[in-house]
Amino acid sequence: MSSRGKSIKSCFLGVFFTAASLFLLTACHGSQEQNVFEPPEEFDTSENYEITFWAKNDTNKTHTAIYEQAIEDFQELYPNITVNLRLYTDYGKIYNDVITNISTNTTPNVCVTYPDHIATYLTGSNLVVPLDDLFTDEQYGLGGSEVRFDAPSLEEIIPKFLEECRIDGHYYALPYMRSTEACYINKTYVEALGYTLPETLTWDFIWEVSEAAMAQDEEGNFLINGQKVMIPFIYKSTDNMMIQMLKQLGAGYSTDSGEILLFNDTTKELLYTIAEHGATRAFSTFKISSYPANFLNAGQCIFAIDSTAGATWMGTDAPLSDISEDKIVEFETVVMPIPQFDADNPQMISQGPSVCIFNKEDSQEVLASWLFVQYLLTNDVQIAYSQTEGYVPVTTKAQESAEYQDYLARSGEDNSTYYEVKLQAAKLLLDNVDNTFVTPVFNGSASLRDAAGQLIENTVKSVRRNQTVDEDYMESLFQEVISLYRLDQMDTQGTGSGGKTDLGPLPRTSVILLCALAGAWVCILAYLMVQAVRKKRNAG
Amino acid sequence: MKKLSLLLVSCAFALVGAGCTSSSSSSAESTGAGTTAADTTAAEDTTAGDDAEDTTAADDEADTSEASDDAAEGVMSYAEYAAADLDTEVTIEAYVQAKQSWWEDKATVYAQDEDGAYFLYNMACSQEDYEKLTQGTKIRVTGYKAEWSGEVEIIDATFEIIEGSYIAEAKDVTDLLASDELIDYQNQFVSFKGMTVEAAGQDEEGNDVAFLYSWDGSGQDGDDLYFNVSKDGETYTFTVESYLCDSTTDVYAAVKALEIGDVIDMEGFLYWYEGVNPHITSVTAAE
Repeated sequence: MSSRGKSIKSCFLGVFFTAASLFLLTACHGSQEQNVFEPPEEFDTSENYEITFWAKNDTNKTHTAIYEQAIEDFQELYPNITVNLRLYTDYGKIYNDVITNISTNTTPNVCVTYPDHIATYLTGSNLVVPLDDLFTDEQYGLGGSEVRFDAPSLEEIIPKFLEECRIDGHYYALPYMRSTEACYINKTYVEALGYTLPETLTWDFIWEVSEAAMAQDEEGNFLINGQKVMIPFIYKSTDNMMIQMLKQLGAGYSTDSGEILLFNDTTKELLYTIAEHGATRAFSTFKISSYPANFLNAGQCIFAIDSTAGATWMGTDAPLSDISEDKIVEFETVVMPIPQFDADNPQMISQGPSVCIFNKEDSQEVLASWLFVQYLLTNDVQIAYSQTEGYVPVTTKAQESAEYQDYLARSGEDNSTYYEVKLQAAKLLLDNVDNTFVTPVFNGSASLRDAAGQLIENTVKSVRRNQTVDEDYMESLFQEVISLYRLDQMDTQGTGSGGKTDLGPLPRTSVILLCALAGAWVCILAYLMVQAVRKKRNAG
Repeated sequence: MKKLSLLLVSCAFALVGAGCTSSSSSSAESTGAGTTAADTTAAEDTTAGDDAEDTTAADDEADTSEASDDAAEGVMSYAEYAAADLDTEVTIEAYVQAKQSWWEDKATVYAQDEDGAYFLYNMACSQEDYEKLTQGTKIRVTGYKAEWSGEVEIIDATFEIIEGSYIAEAKDVTDLLASDELIDYQNQFVSFKGMTVEAAGQDEEGNDVAFLYSWDGSGQDGDDLYFNVSKDGETYTFTVESYLCDSTTDVYAAVKALEIGDVIDMEGFLYWYEGVNPHITSVTAAE
């Protein structure tokens, strides 16, 4: 069973911490400055090392079991390394806790994360270990001679996924799992409404079918399902929705250097369209209504867009469900890529966890962390974890393995490991890796992402409350969201590790103090020089 | 010379020290300014057209009594609130029964009056005002009626503290558990008597366990606890919500100590998530 409270709360945490971090990590980073990590020549097996691993488990106990098994297996290979697992149910909470722990030098050794978050961590000095040298270390690098397990080589990591972990020219993470978003469709209802699913789903098609599904009888029952409730189109992550719509239209979101382009005319046009369908209640969001899967499975939704990593919750026969069995409706589920504006040029987001390593005083401890991170990319871990949801492994070594190929071939054999919807979701990404994209990463990109979703959430709420959505509203909304996420306080040219927040001109008192300080040193030096000259004269 | 050098160096370090202090103050000021901006935004967001000043709880008695004087104007009774459509603006007066969470000027609160209860989700609230929301405190709340997974709540709300106090007695709803009438008590402080603890799931060895960390056992100590209890052949899932009652509370410890077959009495709030999902605040052996 899931709870909104936790995830929504993290949204607010994110707003706060991202903004707070702009100050903490830039203005005060000196207090927790680390030395640059230098890989030791040899891993010291005579000492014991204890490392902490913060991971996300998607509130799925199979994930927990896989992490625990991976740790157990790794510790057998490296008896002098103990890995302590701490589980989270959302990325935002990990992000917040990392930032909280930076100031006390108690960051984890290894944590599951998103590149957006790493960009914020990088505003502290040497907090996150750059992995470039470790990748290629002959002994302990990827597939190195001294690594005690069958690790993938650098070439065996899917280049597109690896590239997502590169910030400011350096690799600061390894991809761990990848997913995208999918549209889970009640095909039975689409056809009952007189439509046929197109080869490529388009936004126009979804809006049209969704409005058609809103017809009700005199008693308020929806004709399509005979129920009082029908929200034909529900989107889980509205930040992704806005980002992908803009990308598909070639409109601005942000530049690679961190310039914010989100608040543009195309965004407004998209919001007007969303408002139109929000007003009729043909469209809603997770934050406003609930999990798309709950409505889909109850026959109260036709198009449910959620991560491929949520596939096990989707469909009549879904192995996981939050609703009681008596509410589940029989229908045919089809998994398709998210709707497109240009069917010939599909574009969808690439998402999923990556893993980064935090720097520590003891380089041996960092090396121990690196060995564990590599272990997470072994076939055993990659294949097992990917089978829990519609994730795909991040290495060709795993993807091309006989075991994984066998898994894919057995789609639909049962409603657990081989649950058809889950495998369709995984195949969707495997078939579309070249159509995926990620947004630019910079210090503040996490806030910008939240802002993109907030525009949709606010607009839909407003039209549901019969408020007027017009140009004045849009201008006000833009300003409100910019202010809420403090986007006007970001250094728009700052990127990654190099991006320091522009805190504005120095306060007057600071300028005076710095001048006084400089003056004092000038006096000291002048006095010393005079004394030296006198001494020389006296000596002469 | 040494003395003079020492003096000058001391001055320099004193100035450096002063500079750091000043710098800290600047940071604090900057952060504070940012917070204020966000607060204002939140207020504007939550009540279109309302004065931002209305969003803060009354700070002094004069404000409080003034607020009480015009209490009747526009304030809904529970029956009117219950009859209101979703997404409409509502104003109610109720008494705080429990606080679930606060973060970044948002508070989630269970409130109740003699007629019914309200779940106030992420209501605009400063930390200072949150401290004032002790059990029984009367508040006037303006927000929007909403429903999330069956839970009817007030969102995007603002509030003010007004005069009055009331602490609800737990309403025994044990006999209503299987009835459609139960939802009429949604969000109220309720009790359940004489229910039997059932297996919540299995541990790694396949043994039945009386509770789970998180809904499927995927969590750890500190996460929500889920446990099953039965009455008259029907089994229900109850929760210790970790924001409402964290791992240091008696109820958290009591649930961790449950054994399958125990017969227990419970109190808590009648939360809803795709069906009844009470947030339990106390567990004792059945009387």
